[in-house]
Amino acid sequence: MPKLSKWDNVRAQEIIAAHASLDGPALPVLHALQMEFGYIPNDAVPLVASILNLSRAEVHGTVTFYHDFRRTPAGKHVLKLCRAEACQAMNGSEIARGLLERLGIGWGETTSDGTLTVEGVYCLGLCACAPSALFDGQPRGRLDQEMLDAVVREARGA
Amino acid sequence: MALIQETDYGTPIRITDKIVTLIIDGEAVSVPAGTSVMAAAMMRGTQIPKLCATDSLEAFGSCRLCLVEIEGRRGTPASCTTPVEEGMVVNTQTERLADLRRGVMELYISDHPLDCLTCSANGNCELQDMAGAVGLREVRYGYGGANHLDAPKDTSNPYFTFEDSKCIVCSRCVRACEEVQGTFALTIQGRGFDSRVSPGGMDFFGSECVSCGACVQACPTATLNEKSIIALGQPEHSVITTCAYCGVGCSFKAEMKGNTVVRMVPYKGGKANEGHSCVKGRFAWGYATHKDRITKPMIRKKITDPWQEVSWKEAVDYAAGEFKRIQAQYGRDAVGGITSSRCTNEETFLVQKLVRAGFGNNNVDTCARVCHSPTGYGLKTTLGTSAGTQDFASVDDADVIVVIGANPTDGHPVFASRMKRRLRQGARLIVVDPRRIDLVKSPHIQADYHLPLKPGTNVGMINAIAHVIVTEGLVNEDYVRERCDLGDFESWARFIADERHSPEAVEDLTGVPAADVRNAARLYATGGNAAIYYGLGVTEHSQGSTMVMGMANLAMATGNIGKPGAGVNPLRGQNNVQGSCDMGSFPHEFSGYRHVSDDATRQMFEAFWGVPLQGDPGLRIPNMLDEAMAGAFKGLYIQGEDIAQSDPDTQHVTAGLAAMECIVIQDIFLNETAKYAHVFLPGSSFLEKDGTFTNAERRINRVRKVMPPLGGLADWEVTMALSNALGFAMHYKHPSEIMDEIARLTPSFAGVSYDKLDHLGSIQWPCNDAAPNGTPMMHVDRFVRGKGKFMITEFVPTEERTGPRFPLILTTGRILSQYNVGAQTRRTENSRWHEEDVLEIHPFDAENRGVLDGDLVSLESRSGEIALRAQISERMQPGVVYTTFHHAKTGANVITTDYSDWATNCPEYKVTAVQVRRTNRPSDWQARFFEEDFALKRIGPDVDAAE
Repeated sequence: MPKLSKWDNVRAQEIIAAHASLDGPALPVLHALQMEFGYIPNDAVPLVASILNLSRAEVHGTVTFYHDFRRTPAGKHVLKLCRAEACQAMNGSEIARGLLERLGIGWGETTSDGTLTVEGVYCLGLCACAPSALFDGQPRGRLDQEMLDAVVREARGA
Repeated sequence: MALIQETDYGTPIRITDKIVTLIIDGEAVSVPAGTSVMAAAMMRGTQIPKLCATDSLEAFGSCRLCLVEIEGRRGTPASCTTPVEEGMVVNTQTERLADLRRGVMELYISDHPLDCLTCSANGNCELQDMAGAVGLREVRYGYGGANHLDAPKDTSNPYFTFEDSKCIVCSRCVRACEEVQGTFALTIQGRGFDSRVSPGGMDFFGSECVSCGACVQACPTATLNEKSIIALGQPEHSVITTCAYCGVGCSFKAEMKGNTVVRMVPYKGGKANEGHSCVKGRFAWGYATHKDRITKPMIRKKITDPWQEVSWKEAVDYAAGEFKRIQAQYGRDAVGGITSSRCTNEETFLVQKLVRAGFGNNNVDTCARVCHSPTGYGLKTTLGTSAGTQDFASVDDADVIVVIGANPTDGHPVFASRMKRRLRQGARLIVVDPRRIDLVKSPHIQADYHLPLKPGTNVGMINAIAHVIVTEGLVNEDYVRERCDLGDFESWARFIADERHSPEAVEDLTGVPAADVRNAARLYATGGNAAIYYGLGVTEHSQGSTMVMGMANLAMATGNIGKPGAGVNPLRGQNNVQGSCDMGSFPHEFSGYRHVSDDATRQMFEAFWGVPLQGDPGLRIPNMLDEAMAGAFKGLYIQGEDIAQSDPDTQHVTAGLAAMECIVIQDIFLNETAKYAHVFLPGSSFLEKDGTFTNAERRINRVRKVMPPLGGLADWEVTMALSNALGFAMHYKHPSEIMDEIARLTPSFAGVSYDKLDHLGSIQWPCNDAAPNGTPMMHVDRFVRGKGKFMITEFVPTEERTGPRFPLILTTGRILSQYNVGAQTRRTENSRWHEEDVLEIHPFDAENRGVLDGDLVSLESRSGEIALRAQISERMQPGVVYTTFHHAKTGANVITTDYSDWATNCPEYKVTAVQVRRTNRPSDWQARFFEEDFALKRIGPDVDAAE
């Protein structure tokens, strides 16, 4: 995982201003903020709105439309499990349920030790290797319970 | 009377000469090109089922209910997003369409509460109507699936609720906030099943929402609904009338249950607002029946006595007796009257008639003295008429918009929405204002140039702009040669070309970089149709009239008068301030701006009224107060004005009032001026009488009575009673008869009558034989005065100077939620947005004085001292502070001075030298105010005597 900065208003304003002259700057700005800070906190909304001359509501609407924009920081590692049809057909739902039960979290949540966030995605284009996932951006295929447990151990640095 | 139902065409009506003919359900229909199939169908009376479409908004195509079949096309296109084409054959009702529509409705209703009988929208719900229209009989999906029925309700806005569980996410509210209002306070949050309408992830009250009501108006269900509808149920009849707040003059439907207003709904047919509204007109009408209303006439011998309630006859006879006594004792000119810019044209006309004919002098003035009197003077001198040149719709054709000393989003919000729409379409914007008003930068609006000049340097600025235009060869010479007096132009051009007017030369004076001024001037002169809109930031200066003439010079020099999208346009403050001026409220003018010394005019009035009239101008308000202090002016009849709060240098005003022997106040509330009054005559609100208001675009709109006067008499009836008691007979059975008299005596109103107003909806004066339906735009082929007259506009600094004792400049203004002296809006929930007047101060000035945000500070000028809370604001420039005068207890006008416009005495509210320091207590004036607020407002038996 890339090193993330702590939220900083001044730095955020610099990032927003750097993208403000683009044609349709809102999405590049939001991506850049998430890249820098790992998430887009509520404090970012009025800043983006003011610099891009949008309303706060518009920025809120854009941020909430895209699931990939986080509103809170993620765990140290992120596992995105595919929940689309092909993976479901290959027992994806079962192994996902088992994993979440063992971790004691729901979809989109982070383990209490802050090491792992588990999110659902809808098709990674890896149907041939279903059930599939992305772990910190890297594809994993033909998953089963054991492989998922190994991912958890890897996340916890064991 | 019934409830007025306005036709909803579903999509906006297009205006074009190109006509397209198509077949809808077997019948030919011809409509303008660009019309949607949905609107074309409605034009022949066929309502295609719809939910997300309404004709105030562009088509959206999301609800999938308005599907139609078009021969030769595949599928079932949405009729709202499909434009008509020549020869198109459309079927709106087929079995396939019926199935599709029913299926769509089943989906909607599967996630909608089934509480129609107890729902606040029952009787006015488009969702319910559509369920009926498509013949919904069952919902095959059941009601047990995932739904939003438990979504919380947001009741934070004082006037309407947001009931999320009833929302069908049609986006009409979101689009209304964007397209109609231009605030962009609403969005759709989330996606898919999670999509919900949201004011940016917070409650409505804390959001960017300005409570204009456009979303409530657009909502097809109970989701956004007026609290008054929830409390009272649906109205049973409606009456079209005109808002009594600002000079935009919006038309509303007063929706009624008997004599109770259920809600005020902006009327699409109103040409000033075209169906839009603001928080004041739409929601803040509760003052009309507020418990503070005084409904019984009252008298008292001394202002320290408690008021005694008496009969109308006793009060009117007492007032007339006092006026007669004073005139016998001190002379004919010892009394006068003030007309009200909040009352109707007819009522204003009667008051000035009473003064001129009943009192026999010309001592009549009006509150326009303190706002737009320089507009009247300046525009009449240069162009020939005392009013703005355009209609509001003209802004749709403007390419460059110049806003000078006006804050439209707060002061004239409905027009501001129209202006902002044009700006979003690409018009360029120049803002000349000491303060960074919202128009300088707000969502989707950004001024090309903001010229933040120092208060008091307007004329220096306008001269610099003109200098650039003249010296850089940007004058429209053909226009000037054809339309203007060339001799005057040449001497003006020589004057303005002098180097001392260059942007560089006045940079230190105005504080604005010369390059910005040059660029703004070039943009104004070369950017296409250029329109100037201005407000009290222009007029309320020692050189207010000069500045008005400076703007007229600029518009004439660039050929920007007499065509759409251009002009010089005052944004007039009060609902009928244009009208009160038109009606002859000034001491030197009869109705229609004809000087009292003009023998022919005066003789016409004398012949009609049957009394001799004076040919010399009477006293202006400040002169009346001065004369009162000198002991020569003793009696004043004031209809619907509160000069003790609104006029400058309060302590001078109240001293003048206290020196009089009989002050008659006619008002709906016991206002500040009434503390000094001897007779109180209950006034009537705009809901309680018939009449007309004239707005900033010279548009005469009907005011219609929806309930009987609470005090028993309408204002025009009270003036009539007083006049009759004075011995000058007035007998009108209805305000329409007063308008007939106005029309007969006033050439610019010659063609106006109530019948014509009812027929046309509204009329812009002049309305006469030459323009039987009125005049939307003035000076089209020639100026009213003949040749346009360029005036020399030498900059003369105000005598009000900053110095070591008073180093800051105070300038005053308005805020959206409050109106003028606040007598109305303070008695509504609008005060939740603005509970007190605050002092806006730049962080630099605040830090110098150790002032923190929210601190109580003393504000002191050479006139007086008050205390109020500081609000640290980057809107201000260093050296300038700002406040409003909406709350009597603040006493903002204790601070302002006696300086005024050289030509018209319009006070210099916008420039007062002040000092600011931290304090921990109210000022002496404020302490006295609280004592007097009790002592001079007591009603009924003397409490002390009873004890």
